[in-house]
Amino acid sequence: MTDQEITMEKKSIFTPFNIISAIIIIVGLVLTYLRFTKGLGAVTNLDDTNPWGIWIGFDLLTGVALAAGGYVTAAAVEIFGMKKYHSAVRPAILTGFLGYSLVVFALLYDVGRPWRLPYPFFISQGVTSVMFEVGACVALYLTVLFLEFSPAALEWLGLKKLRSLIVKLTIALTILGVVLSTLHQSSLGAMFLLAPSKLHPLWYSPYLPVFFFVSSIAAGLSMVLFEGTLAHRHFRHKMDEAHLAEHDNLAFGFGKAAALVLAGYFAIKIFGIALGNNWHYLSTPYGLWFMLEMLGFVLLPCFLFAIGTRDRNARLIRVSAFITVFGIFLNRINITLIAFNWQLPWDERYFPSWMEIGISVFVVTVGLLVYRFIVTKMPILYEHPDYKQEH
Amino acid sequence: MTVSRRRFLEWVAAAGVGTAAASSAKAAHGEFSGYPDSYGVLFDATLCLGCRSCEKACNEVNKLPAPGKPFTDLTVFDEKRRTDYRTFTVVNRYNDTGADKPVYRKIQCNHCLEPACASACFVGAFKKTPEGAVEYDASVCVGCRYCIIACPFNIPAYEYNEALTPRVMKCTLCLPRLREGKLPGCVEACPVEALTFGRRKDLIAIAHEKIRKYPGRYIDHIYGQHEMGGTSWMYLSGVPYTKIDLRTDLGTTPAPEFTSGALAMVPMVIGLWPVLLGGIYKITQRKEKIADAERRQEVANAIAATQGEADAKARAAAEKFQKEKERAVDMAVKKALADADKEKGKEGE
Repeated sequence: MTDQEITMEKKSIFTPFNIISAIIIIVGLVLTYLRFTKGLGAVTNLDDTNPWGIWIGFDLLTGVALAAGGYVTAAAVEIFGMKKYHSAVRPAILTGFLGYSLVVFALLYDVGRPWRLPYPFFISQGVTSVMFEVGACVALYLTVLFLEFSPAALEWLGLKKLRSLIVKLTIALTILGVVLSTLHQSSLGAMFLLAPSKLHPLWYSPYLPVFFFVSSIAAGLSMVLFEGTLAHRHFRHKMDEAHLAEHDNLAFGFGKAAALVLAGYFAIKIFGIALGNNWHYLSTPYGLWFMLEMLGFVLLPCFLFAIGTRDRNARLIRVSAFITVFGIFLNRINITLIAFNWQLPWDERYFPSWMEIGISVFVVTVGLLVYRFIVTKMPILYEHPDYKQEH
Repeated sequence: MTVSRRRFLEWVAAAGVGTAAASSAKAAHGEFSGYPDSYGVLFDATLCLGCRSCEKACNEVNKLPAPGKPFTDLTVFDEKRRTDYRTFTVVNRYNDTGADKPVYRKIQCNHCLEPACASACFVGAFKKTPEGAVEYDASVCVGCRYCIIACPFNIPAYEYNEALTPRVMKCTLCLPRLREGKLPGCVEACPVEALTFGRRKDLIAIAHEKIRKYPGRYIDHIYGQHEMGGTSWMYLSGVPYTKIDLRTDLGTTPAPEFTSGALAMVPMVIGLWPVLLGGIYKITQRKEKIADAERRQEVANAIAATQGEADAKARAAAEKFQKEKERAVDMAVKKALADADKEKGKEGE
């Protein structure tokens, strides 16, 4: 975002948000320089026993799960016919598109030779790898999201013909998006199937791909509500009447869906413990941690969503959405970091360095700035007057 | 285009090898017991003295940087060590094993028959060669480190301090030396023959023979014969394997089987999801169409009903008007008649 644009909107560019963002960006650039001149060893606490840190656990796994709002909302509106939530599609697609872009951006820091990321497709295909599937689906889905998002940009640019061509593809793109999301959301869980000896039995399960897919639906629904809450607070002036009027209805609709999905997720997680007969682990410290995740961040928001829907309490639903978003973060961090290598003594375990956290914060900040630029420029939170009659 | 007879035969041979590989892969679908005649090494923990000759030889033949402490320094045993980017093998000392003297155990890549690293790698940088070595190709490696996550033995290491060209580093089973007809560096250097190099099936026979001959000396188990589907590097020990940091809870399932089910679901999702979602879309559309038609019908009915009501009302009003009109006429007629009668009466008086 250029200074001029901020000035036009806020009169002064020295808002607290801008100042903090600027500091984060500067620190991020310095850390970027360090990463690409001194290597991962200089900025991370990663080692040979703990090769994946928060850049995978948070930036990649949590990022992809929380970007699920795109396919969930598009499917709900375009395929399942919940037309009344139409105004939620564009913000959700935008968040999805930005989310995935940031995931790839963060990955450039984590992998050793980022310019080789196209290698699995063009140079040497490792088709036995779950990660190959993840990579292929993420690359394709990013393209789908770009196309799904492009009508907003094309309306902004006034390219009507191209826009109407892409709008005709909506259903095909939505279905393709759901197929690709099903595959890579689940495969991110399937990646850990390869390490039964390292992941704690309460988190390891042959159902891991299903767990990841189902929880991504809850994550997507909650993230749309959570993002809507934030957008409502900061970009209210950009929202049209339809968007504002649907704000609470969306919470009731998605809140009900989230309650159902979380209930199903809780059930299959219990089946997972039963399948492995891992009940005895529940009384260990890891078991208590597991129960905190399951009761505090799955069952609790499930009930709160249900109560919020019954009592028409949009505020309660938004609180539950926040709890669920945090729960998804907790789950992905548990699987990649906390319950991973659980048998090793503490001194051989991983804790992120401040510089790793710095890069993660930097990536999120870049996302926020791009989001702000796009919603202030393009018809995301309102409908472009030229295209109102279309649905 | 001219093709010499020789070239043509080469092509045929190549095609034959291709189909042979394909059919052997098919045969391997259930179980893969390793390439026939592949090599391996048997480590005997009851013989190892902890002299670190193997570490020194490994460092030299692989041209790795010299370590901080010389190989003659035995104080390194005070700490537990693992492989890293400049150490492909280390020996650790274990004091509390139940044996009357310390037990030493060498660590290096176990060269699994079906390696987890190869299964994990999305560029296929790891390959199990017919010689038995698990070979790594840095020229395609992206540096994602999924191989390190996957390895159940915590072997692959990474050049964390290389900014732009980090490689995964691990024991090669001295594959280049094998191809020259030489022994692996460590095996050649071992002064007490704690390391035996040979064909894997012969090593298993030798190990069984040792166990049979000296039942008091060995645990009756060859570590690596079946662990994770079998490894090319195997171990004999006089103390329980867990005492020398060899996990016995890894099971005998080869790593690729952990993910094969999930990967098998991919084509199903690609094939069936569009059918399911397309179906739901069509049902939704149909429902909307029906709802639309019903709505239109209802509107039409409502209009018709309103029309009828209005007609009836109008008719009633008209009838009422008619009646009133008739009554008024009646009244008028009666009144006129009465008036006429009165007039007549007056005239009659």
